[in-house]
Amino acid sequence: MANVLVFAEQHDGHVKPVTLEILGKLAGQTADVVVFGDVSAEQIALLAKNGAQNVHKLKGTNLDKYSPEGYANALAEFIKSKNYDYVFGGATSVGKDLLPRLATKFNAGLASDVVNFVFEGGNFAGTRPLFAGKCLAKVEVTGPKPHFVSIRPNALGMTANPTAGAGTASDVNANAGEIRAAIKEIIKAASTKVDLTEANIIVTGGRAMKNADNFKILNEMADVIGATVGASRAAVDSGFAPHSMQVGQTGKTVAPALYIACGVSGAIQHLAGMRTSKVIVAINSDPDAPIFTKADYGIVGDLFQIVPIMTQEFKKLLGK
Amino acid sequence: MNIFVCVKQVPDTETKIVPTGDGSFIETSSIKWIMNPYDEFAVEQALLVKASNAAANVTVVRVGSVKDTEALRTAMAMGADDAVLVEAADNLDSFSIAKALKGAIDKTGKKPDLILAGKQAIDDDALQVPQILAEMLNLPSVSVIVGFELSGSTAKVKREIEGGALEVYEVNTPCILACNKGLNTPRYASLPGIMKAKKKPMAQYSLSDVGVSDADRRVKYSQFRLPPEKPPGKKFDATDAAKQAEVVAQVIGLLRTEAKVL
Repeated sequence: MANVLVFAEQHDGHVKPVTLEILGKLAGQTADVVVFGDVSAEQIALLAKNGAQNVHKLKGTNLDKYSPEGYANALAEFIKSKNYDYVFGGATSVGKDLLPRLATKFNAGLASDVVNFVFEGGNFAGTRPLFAGKCLAKVEVTGPKPHFVSIRPNALGMTANPTAGAGTASDVNANAGEIRAAIKEIIKAASTKVDLTEANIIVTGGRAMKNADNFKILNEMADVIGATVGASRAAVDSGFAPHSMQVGQTGKTVAPALYIACGVSGAIQHLAGMRTSKVIVAINSDPDAPIFTKADYGIVGDLFQIVPIMTQEFKKLLGK
Repeated sequence: MNIFVCVKQVPDTETKIVPTGDGSFIETSSIKWIMNPYDEFAVEQALLVKASNAAANVTVVRVGSVKDTEALRTAMAMGADDAVLVEAADNLDSFSIAKALKGAIDKTGKKPDLILAGKQAIDDDALQVPQILAEMLNLPSVSVIVGFELSGSTAKVKREIEGGALEVYEVNTPCILACNKGLNTPRYASLPGIMKAKKKPMAQYSLSDVGVSDADRRVKYSQFRLPPEKPPGKKFDATDAAKQAEVVAQVIGLLRTEAKVL
């Protein structure tokens, strides 16, 4: 049985869902959670239900917001005081930035953006896509412990941990140490929707959207089904949408439960970013568009006619 | 001012990827190699800094196979001054690559003022090397940057996070910055640039020259395989406006009853 620490991030007072995905999948191992700042009793109960034995709340000066060095220094000091075999975290904006630096403080390795894993005799064995998802490989970590693993959000899915943990919460005095790269300001995004990488439903527009204005029909549909709107590289390069909305090899890699591609041809570089979506719907006027080879449900037709009909149908179905 | 840019050579996006028979890696013999797309933003940013700082020198550093030196020559054709190449297999892990980059920078005898890299390489998509290198060199770092302003020795950089929000950092040089698309528009190499690049100096080392051995591997890959093929989906013709409502109702019904995602 491996002794595992899961680094949890909070957003608006809730731990990110990827934390619960990881805890569920860690059934059979001993799992603790570490988090910066306070956690509500309700959230601690949720972590415990999913298997967390101890919930360590790191508190200290200059740890109220993220900094690569502050978080890495504080976590390294805490981890050194314990005896963990593995440290897991989500492959989120913070996780991707922080975990390589943290692992290197232990001269240790990190398996990043893992989409599935098992423990074989106490040892981690993961699966991850490489070469834009064109192949899969087994990934293992060697060298000094603890070994570090980051997990792609939405990839594991929520699996109930049959054994609840004690969920014993405690405060830990933490030191941020020297911070040379610090956040001076945060510029909020125009959208308050959940990020593409964590979205459960995504509606994407391609070159056939013709202009930025036309994205409003996608926004309307997205609002009805609680989706986040994305764009293909062709649409971004044509100036219809900002790069932060781009799905694909030079954009975001996503794994939602439902992906609706509207007027997206399905270039290899786009497929690279969304092929692990669970269910794919494609709407395209070209019956030979490559996107149809990956779609579970394909609709050949004019998206400007189809999308508004879908929005109405979703409204009916969801009683909105 | 010594600017270093770390570049990687990766298979072209359109390249067909075939795992080797024993699953230890992929077949590399017929691959077309290109500079990692994110590294182009790093090279461009280095050249922009150099343009307003006549004394700046831009060195590009790469760790990887030597049978093709496309990425380094491209960077020099764009305007980088010199290059360092560390010969290694193409399946090295991030920790070994970062350690080799550190060794290669040491070999130049120059103290780095600014190190730029792409935020990730599109072959293994690990997103690790810039941060590991920063920790190894004990330097501050900011990753996924889409904005950069340098005044004196202070860089103001914008890092893109979830939802397109931006964190604005202030960091003094020396530091490491990992670049994202949107930071700038990389220039094309000019023909005279390409001719000049052929004469620019390129130092070459082995992994052991820069202090890296097999013992530095931290991540092991095996069982390379193609992803399982998805069974063909259902396709509906809704080109006839009279049929559209029916098709849409059918598909949405299937999303609920068959796919169970609604």
